[in-house]
Amino acid sequence: MKDQLRPALSMLIVLTVLTGLIYPLAVTGLAQLFFPEQANGSLIVQDGKVFGSKLIGQHFDEPKYFWGRPSATAPFPYNAAASGGSNLGPTNPVLIDAVKARVAALRIVDPDNDLPIPVDLVTASGSGLDPHISPAAASYQAKRVACARSLNENSVLALVSMHTEERQFGVLGEPRVNVLELNLALDELQDAVVSPDRSRP
Amino acid sequence: MTINGLVQIVLFFGVLLALVKPLGWYMARVHEGKPCGLDRVLGPAERSLYRLCGVCSHEEMTWKTYAVAMLLFNVFGLLALYLLQRIQGLLPLNPQAFGAVAPDLAFNTAASFTTNTNWQAYGGESTMSYLTQMMGLTVQNFVSTATGMAILVAFIRGLARRSSQTIGNFWVDLVRSTLYILLPLAMIVALLLVGQGAVQTFDDYKTARVVQPVQYEKPVTDGNGQPSLDEQGKPKTEPATAHHQILAVGPAASQVAIKHLGTNGGGFFNANAAHPFESPTPFTDFLLILAETLLAAALTYTFGVMVGDTRQGWTILAAMLAVLLVFVLGGYLAESAGNPRIATLGVDHAPSSVQPGGNMEGKEARFGIARTAIFAAATTATSTGAVDSMHDSFTPLGGLVSLFLMQFGEVILGGVGSGLYGMLVFAIIAVFIAGLMVGRTPEYLGKKIEPYEMKMASLLILIMPIVVLGLTAVATVTTAGTASILNPGPHGLSEILYAYTSQGNNNGSAFGGLNANTVFYNTTGGLAMLASRFWLAVLTLALAGALARKKLTPAGPGTLPTHTPLFVVLLIGVVLLVGGLTFVPALALGPIVEHLLMMG
Repeated sequence: MKDQLRPALSMLIVLTVLTGLIYPLAVTGLAQLFFPEQANGSLIVQDGKVFGSKLIGQHFDEPKYFWGRPSATAPFPYNAAASGGSNLGPTNPVLIDAVKARVAALRIVDPDNDLPIPVDLVTASGSGLDPHISPAAASYQAKRVACARSLNENSVLALVSMHTEERQFGVLGEPRVNVLELNLALDELQDAVVSPDRSRP
Repeated sequence: MTINGLVQIVLFFGVLLALVKPLGWYMARVHEGKPCGLDRVLGPAERSLYRLCGVCSHEEMTWKTYAVAMLLFNVFGLLALYLLQRIQGLLPLNPQAFGAVAPDLAFNTAASFTTNTNWQAYGGESTMSYLTQMMGLTVQNFVSTATGMAILVAFIRGLARRSSQTIGNFWVDLVRSTLYILLPLAMIVALLLVGQGAVQTFDDYKTARVVQPVQYEKPVTDGNGQPSLDEQGKPKTEPATAHHQILAVGPAASQVAIKHLGTNGGGFFNANAAHPFESPTPFTDFLLILAETLLAAALTYTFGVMVGDTRQGWTILAAMLAVLLVFVLGGYLAESAGNPRIATLGVDHAPSSVQPGGNMEGKEARFGIARTAIFAAATTATSTGAVDSMHDSFTPLGGLVSLFLMQFGEVILGGVGSGLYGMLVFAIIAVFIAGLMVGRTPEYLGKKIEPYEMKMASLLILIMPIVVLGLTAVATVTTAGTASILNPGPHGLSEILYAYTSQGNNNGSAFGGLNANTVFYNTTGGLAMLASRFWLAVLTLALAGALARKKLTPAGPGTLPTHTPLFVVLLIGVVLLVGGLTFVPALALGPIVEHLLMMG
């Protein structure tokens, strides 16, 4: 046993340096060289200010914005420093009540719409930071958003389809709409409509 | 179920199968000490590593020396990781200024990462400094995997060698696994991840100004940072508005790559592979599933090469993948069907070309149901335990898929190394049972299976159920155990059963509603992980030593061929029977009762 003490200790030190220091540093160096934008969080920067990340959702509950997936992070939704899901089981009354409340909230701001609500819009995501909703969840909200902004519903729908990503390579995952990017585009569109002289030279 | 979902499932199995032979062949070259290509570049580094550590690479070890070396290395690893967590507050690369991890949590985490379990009773982005993640957790991600692989090749040598006292050199197996297999693959996977959007930076957490400020109830804390309670004992809150979002970042991709390749599973962030900074796109989800199944699957081919008959490896792989396919489809069906209690609330959960539908609670929109079902089955069939969705929110039968796959003892692919040596023990039991039927001395790969081997094999399959069911029983009858439950009714039992099943099989996934960060769960879980990993590892090495000493018995007319479809069926039967008989009563009380309640 004594013969193995020195190799055991020195192996741990050497492998720690190799896999715990050299390896992550090498990956960081290559990542920063080839993919600097992605490696630093795919940030959305306008006029030098950071408005979020393309990959991390934000909370929206005003009628003029598209709403994203419900988020179970604490103490506020879409807390990107404490990711996580609700972990509520399928038969837990707390889950059923939460879904009821979300359905009610969507109905209140859109009383004329009695279509069934796409399930991803009333169930919390796994990360609590899901940046996407399904195209169905976006079209469900298009009329409400158009009304709240006094925009034409078709121009809102056109914006939605511009921000719809298809399955990756045509096969993988699900079609999806990035909520934050869509809402930023909406704000931009409305600025152009409401104060057209701003966009003039 | 949709056509696209089925195509995604077929695609996964197809790509995995295509990679088994080339990678398995390469790993056999590495472990037989033959030229493998990379040794031209890394050979000098390998040799200077041995010199530095005082290892004589040509010295062979008996199984006892091999076990001692393995245990010493892991004990030092455990202690180092514990210490690092306790003093992280004093060390650099800690931009969020996290303090020391509490002793019970640090013990649990150290046990978890050295045993290749990666059970996490903490949230990564709110607990661990960059330095701890790298020099503690990433390191164990590598070396616990390399340890598993080393034990496997020692076991294969035991089967392949005749009248031999030795089974290889632990240090050589450890170093060659790390240097020639894990590091190059991890580099490739990490860079692919970053290219898709996974983060890899040493910057502080980023601050973003949110588009719409968020009104919320902020918990009130007293002077010591403890939550204040009102008269009814509920935490006090005050209205607040958040104008900013703090984006946790860090050197994540490098750790995520090895956490999947090594069937480890411990997330850099709390939400694990559901977090968009760990797995930003459907392709990264595909890649991570492939990574976590790749080595375990390819090692069956390595095994075939090393025992001189690749059909033996394919047979084992066929049994593993057949079971996995059935469970992937089962999980996919259960989750696509959705939650009937939500469907009645004016919600549309029918899958279509514009929405995933199904049970979306705890799942990500970019992955949908099919990807999540493949991931959940693959992560529990292998001993990875990473998650791309919250298993606690699965339908009862969807959750049962994950529970049952772990309860087979992590032999359906299983952990890197540990899965295959576990399955080979089941193969030995299978030939034993077949031998009993015809009244002949059983043999496997020309080695007679005698009382000593059967004793070891029986011990190997009995320890896990005793640990899992014993601790579950204790937790369900003590307040310390039941106080942590989140979901009421039979689901609460499932949460406890899942916790010990996961830790007792070195998986690491969780029904996350259970508050596992208590002294009770941290301690009992930590002990379960250590017992399952190292007790089994030592017995496996003892079995390897005994097999290596045996002479070769030439195959006679009464020998059961172990490369036939018949043997695939026999092997699956034994695995299902042992797992089924042991755990079905507990499963009936948890997920099955809950399913009946949900449908009723």
